[in-house]
Amino acid sequence: MRHILRQRERLADDWHYLGEECAEGDPLIVPVAQLRSDPLKWQRRTGRLGVRLGPGDAVEELAPLLPRLALIALEFPSPGDGRGYSQARLLRERLGFRGELRAVGAGVREDQAFFLARCGFDCLEPPAGVDPETLRLALRRYDVAYQPGAAHPELRRQRFFAP
Amino acid sequence: MYRYDELDQALVDQRVAEFRDQVRRHLAGELSEEEFRPLRLRNGLYIQRHAPMLRIAIPYGLLSSVQLRTLAAIARRYDRGYGHFTTRQNLQLNWPALADVPDILAELAHVQMHAIQTSGNCVRNVTADHMAGIAPDEIDDPRPYCEIIRQWATLHPEFTYLPRKFKIAVTGSPEDRAASEVHDIGLQLRRDAHGAIGFTVRVGGGLGRAPVIGQVIREWLPLAELLGYLEAILRVYNLHGRRDNIHKARIKVLVKSLGIERFGAEVEREWQASRAHAPQLTRAEVERVRGFFKPQPYETLEKYDAVAGREPAFQAWYRYNTRPHRVPGYRAVLVSLKAHGAVPGDMTSAQMEGVADLAERVSFGLIRSTHSQNLLLADVPQRALHAVWRELLALGLAMPNIGTLTDMIACPGLDFCSLANAGTISVAHQIQQRFDDLDYLYDLGEIEIKMSGCMNACGHHHVGHIGILGVDKHGEEWYQISIGGSANGFTALGEVIGPSVAQQEVAATLERIVETYRELRDEGERFIDTVRRVGIAPFRERAYAAHPAAA
Repeated sequence: MRHILRQRERLADDWHYLGEECAEGDPLIVPVAQLRSDPLKWQRRTGRLGVRLGPGDAVEELAPLLPRLALIALEFPSPGDGRGYSQARLLRERLGFRGELRAVGAGVREDQAFFLARCGFDCLEPPAGVDPETLRLALRRYDVAYQPGAAHPELRRQRFFAP
Repeated sequence: MYRYDELDQALVDQRVAEFRDQVRRHLAGELSEEEFRPLRLRNGLYIQRHAPMLRIAIPYGLLSSVQLRTLAAIARRYDRGYGHFTTRQNLQLNWPALADVPDILAELAHVQMHAIQTSGNCVRNVTADHMAGIAPDEIDDPRPYCEIIRQWATLHPEFTYLPRKFKIAVTGSPEDRAASEVHDIGLQLRRDAHGAIGFTVRVGGGLGRAPVIGQVIREWLPLAELLGYLEAILRVYNLHGRRDNIHKARIKVLVKSLGIERFGAEVEREWQASRAHAPQLTRAEVERVRGFFKPQPYETLEKYDAVAGREPAFQAWYRYNTRPHRVPGYRAVLVSLKAHGAVPGDMTSAQMEGVADLAERVSFGLIRSTHSQNLLLADVPQRALHAVWRELLALGLAMPNIGTLTDMIACPGLDFCSLANAGTISVAHQIQQRFDDLDYLYDLGEIEIKMSGCMNACGHHHVGHIGILGVDKHGEEWYQISIGGSANGFTALGEVIGPSVAQQEVAATLERIVETYRELRDEGERFIDTVRRVGIAPFRERAYAAHPAAA
């Protein structure tokens, strides 16, 4: 059973990735290539729909599909690949995505958790073998920051603000 | 200088606690070296040839006497009693023990210092002109803007894992003493017709393997837009910079592949689209930070001739190691870390303490580190200069060679650095020995030698009037020599004069080069100007001539 940290709560994952065993109508995450090749098929599917993007995928192409998407998972293949941080801010701030924004992959570890949350991820899915609880604790490492960012984790003080 | 408020202090304290835990996890085997590496780098910690190396940030090169004393104490307690000042105005310790580093960082935090983002693929220490605030030709003091950028870049959630390191410099004067044109972003302060502050923004400059001079992406950026515009550049870079090849990952490669027009258009689009979420730079915040950099409480001083009737040694020091000050009766004093026989940029704990004492007595308790690996006491009354000179002499810090050939820049090289191909320290000593005659040095005039032990160009060899690059030739240390580079005012990249030379030949080759200059120069012409006038051919011919002196 895969566990995730959603809204700072450790939970069993209720979503399935395409290819994993699941029932008709279960929440399903499909790779963006699948969605791209047959968007109508996936949009017509019953149940909640999510999409998984790699770090090289342009988030702007999801704009017309956003109302149908309950979840967007952005992949962090390694801790050093930081493209997902920009993708996340674009999805939240530019495209106004309000669904679940999930960070997934080998780069989703406790030492990245605070930065990920500040960029708008509300769900962290660490690699197998890493307990999401460690990520939850790591969100408390800082209670101040200089830059504007997502509303959670809450900060005691911040220097610069968006208009 | 800037003083931390409660936010700044909390942030560095929390950073120390975080890193302490990361070191603990690493030593306990919970974090592999591969996992630990990006974390330690972002706290300034390298694993070097002999031991870890800790690079401590000196934001835009400004230190208080208390901070310099703390650095001295740290170097003595945790290292071997000395440190190395770098071309990015930072201080490196060569021998700390990994397990001690959290304690070192805690001691630094206690005096409002840190090692955050002095390494790793993130925004590095923001550098500035070491004459900031006192230069007669200054448009505005760049340091408040450096401090604002430092804060904005510190633990930036979006830009902590960039494709590659990212360096920003701000210059406040037309004469660019911050080498801003060879930075990933170079900001040149400007004033518009109404006196409002803004910047000319350059992007894509850098040294390293493929040196490039930055191109202007925006002629005029109003101050209030600074952070939003920087975010736009960084975001375009973060999303589109190459990550498949470390040697092609700097922003200069992206700028080159798109062309400055297209890259600029991308940034412009991103900037306009992200305005609603960009960090604002309010007038109140600018004023708050500027308040920390007000002019010192200078005395009104009588006109004073510091050199009249003094000994020639003092007069030479005055001429070479002091600089004009905006305020009458004051001079800026360069503390030479280039004594012959010393390692360029190295300083012992006792020397640091001596300079800290001196700064408290004669220069408002402040010290600056310079891009050329010396220190600067910025605000010394003319009448105190002779006493300052005597104290610096006693400390071994009065070598009157600033701006001359032996005031060379050198990275630590093969003796310390695990990236280096060749040593720099032994070559520096060889050069110091061969050019030990001050009258000869003075006759040669202004010559900048910059030396790097490898292609990464930490010693900025591309922009030296004479550049020396260590290369590995079948396991031996050889040196490639270039001439004609410059980073001040008129930025130019040097040209390699020919095949590399063996280690023992470096100083002799330099001598042939400068002798060629002595023959060819016009009256009063500097080395760099002669090279520009006649080209490199005559130098190439002479540099490789066997024993020209005997011919």
